[in-house]
Amino acid sequence: MTGTLAIVGFGLSTIGPGTATGLIFAAYISGVARQPEARSILQPIAFLGFALAEALALFGLVLAFVLK
Amino acid sequence: MHGLWSQANPGFVPPSSADFDFQPIFGNSILFTKPVLLVFLSVILAGGFFTLSARKAAIVPSKLQFAGESIYTFIRNELGRDVIGPEFMRFVPFLFSLFIFILTNNIFGIVPLIQFPTMSHIGFPIGVTIFSYVTYHYVAIKKHGFGKYVKDICFMPGIPKPVYLILTPVELLTYLVTRPLTLSMRLFANMFAGHLLLLVFTLGGEYLLTSGLILKFLSLFSFGFAIGLSFFELGIQALQAYIFTLLTALYIAGALADEH
Repeated sequence: MTGTLAIVGFGLSTIGPGTATGLIFAAYISGVARQPEARSILQPIAFLGFALAEALALFGLVLAFVLK
Repeated sequence: MHGLWSQANPGFVPPSSADFDFQPIFGNSILFTKPVLLVFLSVILAGGFFTLSARKAAIVPSKLQFAGESIYTFIRNELGRDVIGPEFMRFVPFLFSLFIFILTNNIFGIVPLIQFPTMSHIGFPIGVTIFSYVTYHYVAIKKHGFGKYVKDICFMPGIPKPVYLILTPVELLTYLVTRPLTLSMRLFANMFAGHLLLLVFTLGGEYLLTSGLILKFLSLFSFGFAIGLSFFELGIQALQAYIFTLLTALYIAGALADEH
């Protein structure tokens, strides 16, 4: 079997952001479920949080290519 | 049976970062390649679109004028007024150009025959980030003065003295290194990963198409996936342009705030 360990590192680096994205949207969904009229306020916050968390996983991807 | 699955064929070569390198268009100048051409194209397209949509402005808008004004209103209200606050009008042109420039360049990633997001070359996000970086520092220094600005960053008021030992380096690092780094890396990595994802499915489909009979049939799924993911990418590309502009607006709002 051939391959590079950097990809395993990328896989590991997605665990944290994956969990974080799940938590962010869970909070967003329960917020909207409790108070549907708050959707327009919560949406940009949820997507901002999602983008901030997701960026960390993508840093892992970039490093997987850089450190090959 | 063996021939049905695979013919004598070189193995599948997965896409890599080498797929992002382009040949020079004119002669040997490495300064002018496809991404640079796309940047010029994006400026012409965006400029042309908004000039056309604003040229014959009327009270009852045409479809084109409506489209142009919807995008402008979105940026002005959602990102300008709601985030920056009372002084937002000065920054709307900057935020608007930033959003449109990044959006146009990102969407090139799924436009047939172009199919390359300019921002997947790290140089372009860095260039855009420099504008944002210089702007929010300049705005803060102009508003508070250099001394007070540095003092505000280093020594946040209302915090016990020993905490400054940790907080000051962290805050300095945030303002000077982390913010521009994450801003450019986020945009770059999203476009890079998205383009790579589409490459995996299109090159995979192409490879299956040149293989045995059953695999030829399976290539349909691969191409189908590539088309589906193109629409997913459209969402990501618009979201990233929005996030970049939103964060720039947030940093400017932070620079204008009286207390950090």
